[in-house]
Amino acid sequence: MMRLPFYLLSPEADMANLNRYDRQIKLSEVGFEGQQKIHQAKVLVIGLGGLGCPAAQYLAASGVGHLGLIDHDVVNITNLHRQILYAEKDVGQPKVIVAKSVLEALNSEIKVTAYVEPLTVENAVALIAEYDIVLDGTDNFQTKYLINDACLLADKPFVGASIYKYQGQLSVFNFRGGPSYRCLYPHHHLTDNNNCEETGVLGVLPGILGTMQAAETLKMILDIGAVLHGKLKFIDVLAQSDQTILFERSEEQIKLIKERPLQLETIICELKEKNKIYLDVREIFEQPQIEDKQVIHIPVSQLTERLDAIPTNEKVYVFCQSGRRSKKAVAYLTEAHGFDNLLDAGSVESILK
Amino acid sequence: MMMIKVKYFGAIAEVTGVSEEVLVLEAVDSSVQKLSAFCLQKYPQIGNLSFQVAVNQKISSNTELSENDEVAFLPPFAGG
Repeated sequence: MMRLPFYLLSPEADMANLNRYDRQIKLSEVGFEGQQKIHQAKVLVIGLGGLGCPAAQYLAASGVGHLGLIDHDVVNITNLHRQILYAEKDVGQPKVIVAKSVLEALNSEIKVTAYVEPLTVENAVALIAEYDIVLDGTDNFQTKYLINDACLLADKPFVGASIYKYQGQLSVFNFRGGPSYRCLYPHHHLTDNNNCEETGVLGVLPGILGTMQAAETLKMILDIGAVLHGKLKFIDVLAQSDQTILFERSEEQIKLIKERPLQLETIICELKEKNKIYLDVREIFEQPQIEDKQVIHIPVSQLTERLDAIPTNEKVYVFCQSGRRSKKAVAYLTEAHGFDNLLDAGSVESILK
Repeated sequence: MMMIKVKYFGAIAEVTGVSEEVLVLEAVDSSVQKLSAFCLQKYPQIGNLSFQVAVNQKISSNTELSENDEVAFLPPFAGG
């Protein structure tokens, strides 16, 4: 158990420190005892983007004793309209390092641990086991399923949220034997991850969802109110409407997760054209990965060494993540190595069904 | 004949072009699966998307429908 600050052990001791939580201690459901629970709580925020930033900010301000922050990404200028912990000067810096410093400046009484790494099959369960509650601020299905499965194995609840343009979804999973994310969405066959970078999002939307995630987290810590589990809340900021959908625990799904080793969800991708030969010049970790005998995979950095692997007797369609590297690769291979059969197919999205 | 109110969310509403509509079904074709098949025929692009189906605000993929039921097509979102 974490050492309590002295003012929580004797409320009269330090009115200055106590004052910062005065407005929430005044709530009869919180009080000194509730503030103590908040101080003892350990919350892991996975993904410090549009959802994770406001969530972590409110949890730190409320006095959550230990916040873990995990994200492998760096701050990009396009993040600033919605990821409110970061400023212009932070562009290029690791998100969790910046977030830790901002949150510690906000509240010096709490402990913040930053993990500059992705959540993986290898680290997920052990990391989650160190915390009481997980808050999912990620932007892709693979990590959402990984969080769900690891939380189930570590027996921890997680507050999930996700957004699409002007709409958001919110639910608490794995709470006191309640349903998991897979009970709601058992499987999917997505050709892409439709994240914010590609689809666009109104900056305030993840702010709304992220603060709701923080509210559900605090309710669980304090053991007050009705936690949103077994229910999916849909929010639409354009229509200013919401809807709550009920769903149940599926023992079949729970059993499946518990009986197999933790694994990454496979995103099944189908090519639009069944008879073309493709050259994928992306790095091996880029998603979605396409396993198909029509696709030759050589990252841009290895092209010069692996020229032999590129067919010369038929048309080859070159693609990458956005279309930038594929264009350069076609120009390079054509000009420097005499290929006359290469065509730029652009982004991975454009060749998938 | 039977009137069913259908609501579409996220990318599904972009395919259908409306966020809700009333569909008239034959009373004999009254299961959720039949309705899903009907919608897939009307909007073939829905077939490329993942979604769950809720009947009267509850996830239920294998339910018989009744007059004035409300059915929602819910795609998972990935954004954060």
